[in-house]
Amino acid sequence: MERVLMKGCEAIAEAAVRSGCRFFAGYPITPQNEIPEYMARRLPEVGGQFVQSESEVAAINMVYGNAAGGVRAMTSSSSCGISLKSEGVSYCAMARLPIVYVNVSRGGPGVGTIQPAQQDYHQATKASGNGGFRMRVFAPATVQEAVDMTYAAFDYADKDRNPVLVLADGVIGSILEPVVLPPQKTEEEVAAIKDSKSEWAAVGHQLGSRAWINPGGWDNILYENCNKDADAMYQSWADEAEAELYKVEDAEVIITSYGISARISKSAVDALRAEGIKAGLVRAKTVFPFPNKAYDAINYDICKGIVDVEMSIPAQFVDDVKIAVDGRAPITTVLRSAGNMLSKGAIIDAAKAML
Amino acid sequence: METNICIAGFGGQGVMTIGKFLAQAVTDSTELNTVFFPTYGAEQRGGTANCFVVIADGEVGTPKADFMDDLIVLNNPSLNKFIDTLKPGGNLFINDTIVTDEIKRDDINIIRVPGTEKALELGNGKVLNVIMLGAYIGYTEVFPVDVMWSTIEHKLAKKASLLPLNKAAFDLGLEYGRKNK
Repeated sequence: MERVLMKGCEAIAEAAVRSGCRFFAGYPITPQNEIPEYMARRLPEVGGQFVQSESEVAAINMVYGNAAGGVRAMTSSSSCGISLKSEGVSYCAMARLPIVYVNVSRGGPGVGTIQPAQQDYHQATKASGNGGFRMRVFAPATVQEAVDMTYAAFDYADKDRNPVLVLADGVIGSILEPVVLPPQKTEEEVAAIKDSKSEWAAVGHQLGSRAWINPGGWDNILYENCNKDADAMYQSWADEAEAELYKVEDAEVIITSYGISARISKSAVDALRAEGIKAGLVRAKTVFPFPNKAYDAINYDICKGIVDVEMSIPAQFVDDVKIAVDGRAPITTVLRSAGNMLSKGAIIDAAKAML
Repeated sequence: METNICIAGFGGQGVMTIGKFLAQAVTDSTELNTVFFPTYGAEQRGGTANCFVVIADGEVGTPKADFMDDLIVLNNPSLNKFIDTLKPGGNLFINDTIVTDEIKRDDINIIRVPGTEKALELGNGKVLNVIMLGAYIGYTEVFPVDVMWSTIEHKLAKKASLLPLNKAAFDLGLEYGRKNK
């Protein structure tokens, strides 16, 4: 397979187009500007539509509209821009609309820095808007994974009729790496995907079989039933959580992380192993559903401790790790935030301190 | 094998281009893996710009390592900012024309290239980066010289009139690199 050198943001955009995305609306913010920039050029080539909206709120609602019309639709932003989209994402969740959106996250809170961070973890996994809805959230650690996850995200969104979030960060968005791109869906395939939604989508129906794309209503019982249906779907995802286990079997110290931090952690595991220290890595590839079962692979009879690594202060990912580990080993943290990069050395030192 | 390279200078000196050309050459013409990681402030010209390139035969871990094997610096602030990140025995490539601050380390290899001066002699200050890239490849041979030049040629395909100038700059850099071995 031919590999091409691509910037993370551009590779994400190309993967979306290849997956059949035919509508994108977005508003500029660093470090994700290359996604809308790429889409502005690329989407017209495949008969798609790009809109630079007047705001993030407008963008997410345009995506709502296109998804309601059966089109594979996407938006992207970074951190504070994602906050602005929250209401619209919640509406998509209630209306059961398949959308994909990407957070190329940066430092925070507030306006934040323009450099990479992972400070939107709880927002992404627990409260991406009001009302307690859930979404699948993918956390790529390489540009290749960002491509593969974005490509698959549209299928998951359609299967669930629910938003899907790709939680990247400013490093993944801005690095260039060789990638192998997935096949481009043909126009026939894209049309077939749209047709497959004609039963519920607002694509024009005969009188008497009207499509309702409804982000709310006044019937409490009906509304609660919608919540119950959605909850059953969220529960059904548990077994589909994805994780990478690296040298876990005989590990005396486990490093656990996700996204870019996990990538740095993996190189720390290799450095520790080179020194004869039995270190391993548990990396969450989906952060919702959280891969609780991956932590059962750790041999707690020999594992002396777990190092949680994330680019967030205070730590957030660690809250899910604690639930998964369930008191079977002590947990410490290695943290940076506000656009400061983690050092491999700090992870190595923390791992050694657990032994 | 894993080589970590840091390239640093002012915005506008072609720092990012050096990094991108290296990563492109690795992708197009080798079996190796690579990552190019740019970092810059909000400025365009005149601000600081630096980037990191990793070239590895296995999976690339950290896009920005704690310590560098090779450091290419195009101005004084970059020298002072990154000199301590160079590993003992590491290679420091300096644009000797304007990097004049004292180098307070004696455990590294210093490759001095009068980049700005030679670029101006060639008639275009913008080829400073291609001279430095030539020096880097000539000295390290991290991958074959031909691979690097064919990537530059390919990248400049739409500006073919600039090829002779860039070829002269690249060859000049190569010579400085090889001479310093």
